[in-house]
Amino acid sequence: MKPPPFEYHAPTSVNEVCALLGSLDDPKILAGGQSLIPLLNFRLARPRHLVDINRVEGLDRIYERDGGIAVQALVRQSVIEDSELVARVCPLLSDAVRLVAHRVIRNRGTVCGSIAHADPASELPAVLLALGGSVVAHSARSQRVIPAGELFAGMFETSLEPQELLAEAWFPAFAGKHAIFEESRRHGDFALAGVVRADKELALFGVASTPVLADPHDPTRGLEPSGDIEASPEFRLHLVKVLTERAFAA
Amino acid sequence: MRVNGVAHPPPQDPRRLLSDHLRHDLGLTGTHVGCEHGVCGCCTVLLDGAAVRSCLMLAVQAEGHEVTTVEGLARDDGPLHAVQQAFHECHGLQCGFCTPGFVMSVVGLLAQHPNPTAQEIEEGIAGNLCRCTGYASIRRAVARAAELSAQ
Repeated sequence: MKPPPFEYHAPTSVNEVCALLGSLDDPKILAGGQSLIPLLNFRLARPRHLVDINRVEGLDRIYERDGGIAVQALVRQSVIEDSELVARVCPLLSDAVRLVAHRVIRNRGTVCGSIAHADPASELPAVLLALGGSVVAHSARSQRVIPAGELFAGMFETSLEPQELLAEAWFPAFAGKHAIFEESRRHGDFALAGVVRADKELALFGVASTPVLADPHDPTRGLEPSGDIEASPEFRLHLVKVLTERAFAA
Repeated sequence: MRVNGVAHPPPQDPRRLLSDHLRHDLGLTGTHVGCEHGVCGCCTVLLDGAAVRSCLMLAVQAEGHEVTTVEGLARDDGPLHAVQQAFHECHGLQCGFCTPGFVMSVVGLLAQHPNPTAQEIEEGIAGNLCRCTGYASIRRAVARAAELSAQ
């Protein structure tokens, strides 16, 4: 269980990152590494080039802008967990990040990394979707904003281009009724199914190839979750109904 | 990088995981390797004081940082660290394979929560797997470690 060979790059500026992403053949960005390094160890991922962004200066800020909160690419999940600013402006994000794996993983894992990785069972993409947030993507030639609704393209797939860096995620300020509930076999495991409520909005995770918005009055309509050793499709649908009721009872 | 206060050059091969670098290149075999995908917690070390999985980091990424392994908690000729002492007193181990990882996770936990609640203890050790003790004595050890640390 060792990573396959790759060429290692450790740029120190966003411009340098973008130049590398634009010129290298088959690059992969390494941020917190809490999903990517297991994939390398399992050899499920074999990128030719790893672009480690951990040495980039000025990419670890949380700040307020445009009526919300911006989280840059190197902000660790544990920093969000401890942030008074996040707790005040977007408490749903504070609640959600505590459900991401374990503190030891969150000490290294990043918010933007979770979003770019786009695991359909992970919490933060669903939070971004429920709140109607967005991400900022940088490349050597341009900078663009991608709304959450246009970001998640499939299982572990986003609409980011290979030469783009997800430099920042933006979550709108939200003080309304909110909840995040999930069911997992053990604390810190990936959710069998989960729901995020932001006032009247409902986003589901773990039950489709991407996080999905759903109707709170009929949350399982159109859903066809997969089954595995831990949960059947029927059980996942049952969980969605129960968790949605719980989220809207609050 | 500095490991337990001693400066070391980074490995030549960027593929080298921090866990393997500590064990094979530096001879610090107290850091155990279980699953190598971040689930078991046996390889937990401190990076600049925060507990992290050493199997989920490349050793080159630790360049410029301070790594603390279980060997760095107490001097060979000195008393045990409070967390080690508590695991000893409460018999928070049987075979001992998972113990260094638990100890390092608990050092990180107590830095965050010096007086952890029962739930904080449970969440704090939830990322470490033990297949012998059943966790009851480990939970007691964490509570005892908090007491010893406060003294």
